[in-house]
Amino acid sequence: MKNLFTGELVCLGAPMPSIDAPLFSKWSRDTEYMRLLDTDPPTLASAKSLQDEFEKRLEDQTGHVFRIHTLAESKQIGFVGLFGFDWANGNSWVGIGIGEREYWGKGYGTEAMTLVLRYAFTELNLHRVSLGVFEFNARAIQSYTKAGFVVEGLERKFMNREGRRWDIINMGVLRDEWMKTYKGNFEK
Amino acid sequence: MDNIQQQLFEGSRLRLSAIDLEKDPDVESKWTHDPDYLRALSPDTARPLSPFMVKKKYEGIEKEMKEKRNSFYFTIRLKEDDRLIGFTKIEWIEWNNGAGRLAIGVGDPEDRRKGYGSESLQMILRYAFAELNLFRLGTFAIPAYNTGAIRFLERAGFVEEVRRRESVNRDGKRWDTVSLGLLRDEWKR
Repeated sequence: MKNLFTGELVCLGAPMPSIDAPLFSKWSRDTEYMRLLDTDPPTLASAKSLQDEFEKRLEDQTGHVFRIHTLAESKQIGFVGLFGFDWANGNSWVGIGIGEREYWGKGYGTEAMTLVLRYAFTELNLHRVSLGVFEFNARAIQSYTKAGFVVEGLERKFMNREGRRWDIINMGVLRDEWMKTYKGNFEK
Repeated sequence: MDNIQQQLFEGSRLRLSAIDLEKDPDVESKWTHDPDYLRALSPDTARPLSPFMVKKKYEGIEKEMKEKRNSFYFTIRLKEDDRLIGFTKIEWIEWNNGAGRLAIGVGDPEDRRKGYGSESLQMILRYAFAELNLFRLGTFAIPAYNTGAIRFLERAGFVEEVRRRESVNRDGKRWDTVSLGLLRDEWKR
């Protein structure tokens, strides 16, 4: 069995608040990125306050958050995390962000998502994983589709940005679908 | 018609009201011993709550309302004798987006099919759209087998927006959950 946390472009690593915080603080200045990530208005946070927040988050241990590293340069380019677990029904949500813009649109995020889905389906043994993505984020929609997600509906006109309304697209992937299509990629 | 004088919390037979921390826990505790009620309401694991646990839950709700200012919880009572029959709430309000999530429940099967749900729904929708000025309301995830609830919301103008496939596992079977949505423009007041 290949390493659960390593692909061909990236590997997943444990969160390290002291290293993550200054990076997240830097990425939070990029509002194009921040507006792809969250429905909340972007705010700026110091590395110190983020570090406190991340350390506190690690105490409750309810989420599975990973750093995304490139294999070639061992550079930390983003994060991916599973959260909002509903263990009885086998559901969770996933969120991903590639803060380093020069790694957008090159398959790094898609591979990180594939690794985290493999973790969700073959280690956590979840039945399905859900996500929400904004109508204006075509790059992400394409990436999630490649990773196996299908559209399950639209929360119509949910967001108000730049004076207009945007849908939130809801996507989901089932374990059975994913195993059929993607598992083979890891057994080569 | 100008509605500014019309009471927000008074319907013809029902009123929206605050939580009564002394009396309400006994009533809701009884509801939570009815698995049909819990399983109709949400995909969350059905679990009976003692009056003490319900009181703790209420205290948490009141604390959150006060601190976060993005949720509104009401009890539903009969006007004639002030008896508690259900709850309705708007939570997870994002003020920047004018979006919130709605839930509503009538606890005792004896109190259903009497139009209480519709009357309460009209009050909470008016509160959401004419007082909080929300742009849209979504529902929490509703198990797809609760066709009664889905039809009830559709009659008020809600439309199905998201269908999360196989997201509830009950009695050895998987079911979808659905979320419905209503925009202010679509609200049938």
